[in-house]
Amino acid sequence: MRGFLAKVSQLDRRVIFLLMAVAVIIPLLFPAKLSVKVTPESKKVFDLVESLQPGDLFLLDMDYGPDTMAELEPMTYAIMRHAHRRGARLICMCLAATGVSLIESEIRTVAEERGMEYGRDYGYLGYRPYPAAVILSMGQDIRQSFPIDYYGTRLDSLPIFRNVKNYRDFKFVLSVNATSGVDAWIMYGKERYNFPLAIGVTAVMAADYYNYLQSGQIVGILGGLKGAAEYETLLGEGERATIWMNIQSICHLLIVVLIIIGNIAFMAGKKDQS
Amino acid sequence: MKKQLPVFLTFICAFLLTVQYFVPHRSFEQIYEVSNIWLQIIGVFSIFLGITSLVTMHVRKIRHRQRQWQYSFITLGGLFAMVAAGLIPALEQRGSYEWLYDHILNPISATMFSLLAFFIASAAFRAFRARSAIATILLLAAVFVMLGRVPLGDRMSHGLFPAIADWLLNVPNVAAKRAILIGVGLGEASMALRVMLGIERSYMAGE
Repeated sequence: MRGFLAKVSQLDRRVIFLLMAVAVIIPLLFPAKLSVKVTPESKKVFDLVESLQPGDLFLLDMDYGPDTMAELEPMTYAIMRHAHRRGARLICMCLAATGVSLIESEIRTVAEERGMEYGRDYGYLGYRPYPAAVILSMGQDIRQSFPIDYYGTRLDSLPIFRNVKNYRDFKFVLSVNATSGVDAWIMYGKERYNFPLAIGVTAVMAADYYNYLQSGQIVGILGGLKGAAEYETLLGEGERATIWMNIQSICHLLIVVLIIIGNIAFMAGKKDQS
Repeated sequence: MKKQLPVFLTFICAFLLTVQYFVPHRSFEQIYEVSNIWLQIIGVFSIFLGITSLVTMHVRKIRHRQRQWQYSFITLGGLFAMVAAGLIPALEQRGSYEWLYDHILNPISATMFSLLAFFIASAAFRAFRARSAIATILLLAAVFVMLGRVPLGDRMSHGLFPAIADWLLNVPNVAAKRAILIGVGLGEASMALRVMLGIERSYMAGE
């Protein structure tokens, strides 16, 4: 037994890589839909979008690139579909350099799916560098940072932008973010201009923002793929994140099993030494 | 003069931007608006500075045949290809930028991030050991959060793991994070004051 445990502790990392690959591929081939428990912080984000009335306008900031799209894209889709269901209008923007084209294609996908018209139901401001500076200037006038939209059209020539000056013209701001720009939204946006702010972040980032949730500086948090799956559950539409959560379930379980095996082998080795 | 002028400018800018926060007068609002525009313009110039620095560094690396100099060609090639695809109208109209983005940047970024899952699994197996009481607490917290944040963990424990994970996130995590943030905030305030008063001059490259 001890010989076996000693061998296990020296397990080739390629075996672990292979196990992880199997843990990802099998749930992908045989998708299951385990129900996801909705947390209060996700429910608050859902309720915020649910409170929109037809014609209301909100700002959807999407700061992520292809590296984190697996976690955040399902969130964006769910939020946009929800907004469309409520008859609300949305203005999107991006403060992550690698995400500009990705965000544009995501917005276009939902817009085509729902028959949303550009310039009337939604608008896309595109990208500007330096999140803190952009967030601060948008509090004065969004035209300071974005005189034209992503496609080069002057804002005032599009109906959706015509009566929009700054954050006061939005019901709230929702930032789906994989960068440190979330801090800029809280410190320079919410604190300076006092608008309701909700965030959607990657799972590893989520733990950093619970203190802002408790202090009331943000309305709610969607944390990673789980947050997206919870949103899908509340919306009763979409299943991408919910199915992907099962892959995450198996992977987390595998990591926990590996930790346990590693510790048993470690303790057995320690006993031998003593 | 070389020392006094930057210190003087720093003091003036910092003083005005601090004061404007507490004075609700139109003139101070204008100072704030103008400084925001300046901030963005200066920020854009720093992009050129960054590109110049990147190109200089990699050209030097190639010229002196430093370690792994061959990769510098890929970095410079990627940089110029993306810039050309976005700036040259003929290339831009043919959708070259989108093609490079969709077929190179997008899969490379996604692959790099996806590899993390494999390395995390391997690292957890090798390094996550209950060597001491503190390490054991950390290990248990990690296990509960990992299982508590997925549907399978909820099913396995009839809601116990998610409840523990929620408590860990909302109580010990927030307490620790808040303590860190207060410390960071006080540190930032004192550092800002040192910079404003010209005591801290490291931003002038040790002048």
